[in-house]
Amino acid sequence: MAIHAAAHYADHAQDDHHNHKPHGFFNRWVFSTNHKDIGTLYLIFAFIMACVGAAFSGVIRTELMKPGLQFVQPYFFNQMTTMHALVMIFGAIMPAFVGLANWMIPLQIGAPDMALPRMNNWSFWILPFAFTILLSTLFMPGGAPAGGWTMYPPLAIQGGNSVAFLVFSVHLMGISSIMGAINIIATILNMRAPGMDLLKMPIFVWSWLITAFLLIAVMPVLAGAVTMLLTDKYFGTSFFNAAGGGDPVMFQHIFWFFGHPEVYIMILPAFGIVSEIIPTFSRKPLFGYQAMVFAIASIAFLSFIVWGHHMFTVGMPLGGELYFMYATMLIAVPTGVKVFNWVSTMWGGSMSFETPMLWAISFVILFTIGGFSGLMLALVPADFQYQDTYFVVAHFHYVLVTGALFAIIGAIYYWWPKWTGRMYNETWAKVHFWWSMVFVNVLFFPQHFLGLAGMPRRIPDYNVAFADWNLVSTIGAYGMFLTPIMMFLILRRSLKSGAPATMHVWEGTHGLEWTVPSPAPFHTFETPPVIHDEDLAHGDITH
Amino acid sequence: MKGAGLMRSRLGGFNWVLGAALAALTGAAQALSQPWQLNMTEGVTETSRTVYGIHMLAFYVCCVIGFLVFGAMIVAMFKFRKSRGAVAATWSHNTIAEIIWTVVPIAILIALAWPATTVMIGMAHTEESQMTVKVTGYQWKWGYDYINLGDKPYHVHFISRLDPQSDKTRQLKSGLDPFAVKQGNDQTYLLDVDHPLVLPTDTKIRFVVTGDDVIHAWWVPELGWKQDAIPGIINDAWTNIHDPGIYRGQCAELCGQDHGFMPIVVKAVPMAEFQKWLDEQEAAYAKANAPLAAPAPAIPTPAAPPVATGASAVPTAL
Repeated sequence: MAIHAAAHYADHAQDDHHNHKPHGFFNRWVFSTNHKDIGTLYLIFAFIMACVGAAFSGVIRTELMKPGLQFVQPYFFNQMTTMHALVMIFGAIMPAFVGLANWMIPLQIGAPDMALPRMNNWSFWILPFAFTILLSTLFMPGGAPAGGWTMYPPLAIQGGNSVAFLVFSVHLMGISSIMGAINIIATILNMRAPGMDLLKMPIFVWSWLITAFLLIAVMPVLAGAVTMLLTDKYFGTSFFNAAGGGDPVMFQHIFWFFGHPEVYIMILPAFGIVSEIIPTFSRKPLFGYQAMVFAIASIAFLSFIVWGHHMFTVGMPLGGELYFMYATMLIAVPTGVKVFNWVSTMWGGSMSFETPMLWAISFVILFTIGGFSGLMLALVPADFQYQDTYFVVAHFHYVLVTGALFAIIGAIYYWWPKWTGRMYNETWAKVHFWWSMVFVNVLFFPQHFLGLAGMPRRIPDYNVAFADWNLVSTIGAYGMFLTPIMMFLILRRSLKSGAPATMHVWEGTHGLEWTVPSPAPFHTFETPPVIHDEDLAHGDITH
Repeated sequence: MKGAGLMRSRLGGFNWVLGAALAALTGAAQALSQPWQLNMTEGVTETSRTVYGIHMLAFYVCCVIGFLVFGAMIVAMFKFRKSRGAVAATWSHNTIAEIIWTVVPIAILIALAWPATTVMIGMAHTEESQMTVKVTGYQWKWGYDYINLGDKPYHVHFISRLDPQSDKTRQLKSGLDPFAVKQGNDQTYLLDVDHPLVLPTDTKIRFVVTGDDVIHAWWVPELGWKQDAIPGIINDAWTNIHDPGIYRGQCAELCGQDHGFMPIVVKAVPMAEFQKWLDEQEAAYAKANAPLAAPAPAIPTPAAPPVATGASAVPTAL
């Protein structure tokens, strides 16, 4: 079947030289309705935002290098922590996953494009405007938002008019995410090639199907929360103002009802990616495919009923705290199933360690470490000590950087030859990996110690006892700042002079995306492919 | 301590060597975090020790699971390499293994949740306290009100803010050395206040915690908990301190530009000493006859750096 497909594309290329690409830069990229081009736009945007967010963290880590204030005023420091989080979460990690979804979902289910291509264009092009608005607040009188990305009132609305810009940009991001999610659901449910049953879909597609439902469920909740902030500040309402009969804690409940599913929005697609990469380089089918799907669905369900664990110190009644502790601990079970299944996939395989596999394995190990600290944080009495310290900072950077970001980088190395038709330099890619692996741990592991020793998060200066580990952490950060440059150079060289990629790219690949030539033609699967179960990674779920 | 000093001087640079050497020679008080500290404090209350116990239990459980999972991965990575001629198996299910790794974690979680629940029930029990202190978070200082001791009501109130020496040093590009900020042998940069919260030992103390402007959080690690100080809401918590001493903490909820500069200092003294101090404060209050007036000697002191630990740092000397 694969050979037929290749022949089909070869013929097609011969009688169709222009390959249907729109003429002109503007037409091709600004008016694009092609899922591959829009995917590329998302990924480029995410890369730029990751660099901007990294620059903010550069200010943070430089100020924290040693005790005393050397570089910035505390209020500007708070702007940096706030903007770093907002840019990394909404500008880097989420768009990167949407970019991967755009590129890969149609290819993996045998669809010619996304179900709603024009909406796809719109949902991308909202983002540059949203982030221009958000970043422009840095240059306004009063500066950028400085109340933390969690925007807790009353502090958040003490800020200047940056609040209004923040709220509007969050609304725009929400619209973009909701449209992207609708598009993904519509594509997966309606445009699968005949024979691509739901339980034959690649895990990456499954993870995005579930993630998209999370997005649709919670982005409106965030929009509601920030709208109430807006009216509290400008229109005299008292949703969160105790003096007017409101409740500041209610904001936290609403925010984290969005916020906890949000953190899983940022990790479930990573689960999907790793579940693609590990079987490929283990040359063995994914262990427990159905259990993996069920585990993702369970985690998604649990994400809606555990939000209170972000708020253990707000003074909830004992019963509430017990409930949120038990519910949170339950998440360890499906997450454990996933980790055990990845290890079991490796066990008995025939492994090789190309770059994507290295990122995937490091994901499993380091994400699990983030999971361990997550389990510790779930225990309320211990959380009374951990809450709002660097222990929490270490925890969520292990799940978001070595979790989500590492999976994204692994996915780019994994699918890059399919996108571009060119291999990258394996040696340099491995240097990139090992460099990141070392410095990310130098950066974030000592933050566990700082938090346990008593250093609160979001402070610009600290007691001298915290000096040593902060210096170590800053050294790690400086090492990490080189990694986007490395990755950029590796990929640029690959584009210019990389060896041509084969159709299958990697030895152990299965699935529809590997049945189209490399680079993937501008239009693929214009006629639905004929599905042969044995060509799919999960074509035969009984094995 | 000596080891820490050596490691720091090897890292070199800045003005650290002097501070490190002093710390190495003198040792620091139990209540301050140590350079290179790795773990949580056990604290000075029964609650804080059980909290520490739960923290360590969870940590060891994670270590064991990590050893098994990462161990299996490492074995797999060596044993099942293509370069060693490994041939891939085709199995992708093992019902018994899947049942085991679903059920065993549930059992482990119950084993963790059980002691945590017990401790939480104890921590929530704020009744039957012998005294009550009201804690109010302000941008960026703490207010303390002594409400009662036993059956007797009190009217003692004062504001506790960052000590002047830290405050001068922490200004942007002050050029002052944070390692030089000391109270006796303790390096107290950003962890010292003008008026510490004086509390009796071996007494069940109930705290009612609230905020005046934005949300703060009152946290002294040695006591084993933190509690958010929220405007419009009154939270409560309790402690019972065993050992006399000075215990330092910080605001633990982002509260604006000086969030990092509103420390908490608890000075725990034996009950007799505390009673004497509190009665003096109450007498000073009665004399001033105004609930909010600070006793006279406190007014000139903020400008001068505290001389000895605690002596000038309370409204009147103990």
